[in-house]
Amino acid sequence: MSANVAAAAQAASSPDDKAAISVKDLRKCFGDHEVLKGISLEAHKGDVISILGSSGSGKSTMLRCINLLETPDSGEVRVDGELIKMKQSRDGHQMPADIRQVERIRANLAMVFQSFNLWSHMTVLENLVAAPTHVLKRPRAECLEQAEALLKRVGIWERRNYYPPHMSGGQQQRAAIARALAMNPKVMLFDEPTSALDPELVGEVLRVMRSLAEEGRTMLVVTHEMGFARDVSSKVMFLHKGEVDSAGEPKEMFARPPTPQFKQFIANFNK
Amino acid sequence: MEFLNDLKDQVSTAYELLAAGWGVQLLWGIGWTLAVTVVSMLIGAVLGSLVAAAKLSHRGGLRFIGESYTTVFRGEPELLIIYLFYYGGTQVLTSVARSSGSIGSTDILNMPSFLGGVLAVGIISGAYQAEVFRGSFLAIHRGELEAARAYGMSAWLRFRLVIMPQVLRLAVPGLGNVWQLTIKDSALISVTGVAELMLTANKAARSTHHSLLFYTVAGILYLVMTSISTPIFEKAERYTSRSFTRPK
Repeated sequence: MSANVAAAAQAASSPDDKAAISVKDLRKCFGDHEVLKGISLEAHKGDVISILGSSGSGKSTMLRCINLLETPDSGEVRVDGELIKMKQSRDGHQMPADIRQVERIRANLAMVFQSFNLWSHMTVLENLVAAPTHVLKRPRAECLEQAEALLKRVGIWERRNYYPPHMSGGQQQRAAIARALAMNPKVMLFDEPTSALDPELVGEVLRVMRSLAEEGRTMLVVTHEMGFARDVSSKVMFLHKGEVDSAGEPKEMFARPPTPQFKQFIANFNK
Repeated sequence: MEFLNDLKDQVSTAYELLAAGWGVQLLWGIGWTLAVTVVSMLIGAVLGSLVAAAKLSHRGGLRFIGESYTTVFRGEPELLIIYLFYYGGTQVLTSVARSSGSIGSTDILNMPSFLGGVLAVGIISGAYQAEVFRGSFLAIHRGELEAARAYGMSAWLRFRLVIMPQVLRLAVPGLGNVWQLTIKDSALISVTGVAELMLTANKAARSTHHSLLFYTVAGILYLVMTSISTPIFEKAERYTSRSFTRPK
């Protein structure tokens, strides 16, 4: 009995086992330019982490390394404790060792993109059921039912039979969030979800994201929305020139910026 | 007055000749022309998508093969390719058959004329279709392909659910052009002895000495085939691009 308790205690105390996402010492170069210079991050279940930084700070690249849309040059990524296995290619670059593993993990990490990236030849409803039926192999009827419920939730059920190019940016992004939710993901990755929107459409998307945060979803959000970072997220991480400049509790970070860079960064936003 | 009488004679001769059996022959010719065109388009579609994939590949060797294919088969006269496949094919088949002893040392094993013809026209059609498919693939919004990867789709699923439907949509207008080219190329395989429209018109013209009549009729029939296909492709284009044009 005591052995079991000890094992359980050990499992609980090991950070890798608890973390929904754990990134260690991530590095990435584009040509000569080193975009990520050893970034580490840990997201636990229910965390909403806002990742801030000026353009070129590496924040989007970091997010895209987590689901392997970009291949990191070195470092490790764990999702729910599972290490994404990498190998060396013949030209010396790192590449995924097992593409099936990557596909399986990606299905747990639904991503929401800056430019929505809905499949334009499918209706909204088809967009929501495509991956759940084909990737997760769930029954179509069940997926359709869930999709309709999700579209009601994000407030665009009336548009379920529209094609994405016929909708506003805000509606498309809400459809994209619903598409992400339809995967029942363990973690949601948001890559500047409001940056391509007209200012008057930002609010409708942020409201949906706020409600997701409130129901305890685990979210990594690359954003320029300071209000969201400060009021909604549970943690803020500030990247500067490919490194984690500072990170911490949002209210504290904004009230007392821990570094001159972060102070400068938020000062620019308040102008 | 005499001119009108002459025209009347001409028309009645034409009617008699067509009614005497040449009309039915020409209809069969249309059938064979369409058969050659459809089969060639299908061969071309398979080859064209493989060649397009090769041209888009990251591997230099595959890209080279794809580039060479489109350069050669778009750059050579169609008739030369057809001769090469038909007569060249016959020569190869004959020497193989002779050396294996299945025919006598003076016998000739002909390349089947339909097969040789559609292979040649299909290969040419494939070169043009490859360019159409490649252009269509490049026109797909990159973000949609990225989303497909991000949602865990395998390469095959990405192809089936995202790439193929969009390539087809974008390729329809271009394929309409290739279809017209292929209808016209099909006339060239009359040299291999397939009784399509061109060969039939040729035969009729020679045996009745009414060249003007039969070539004009054949010309009209080709024009009917190519012009009927235009609205069909336009309709297909409207259907496949409905997500971009038709607000509900």
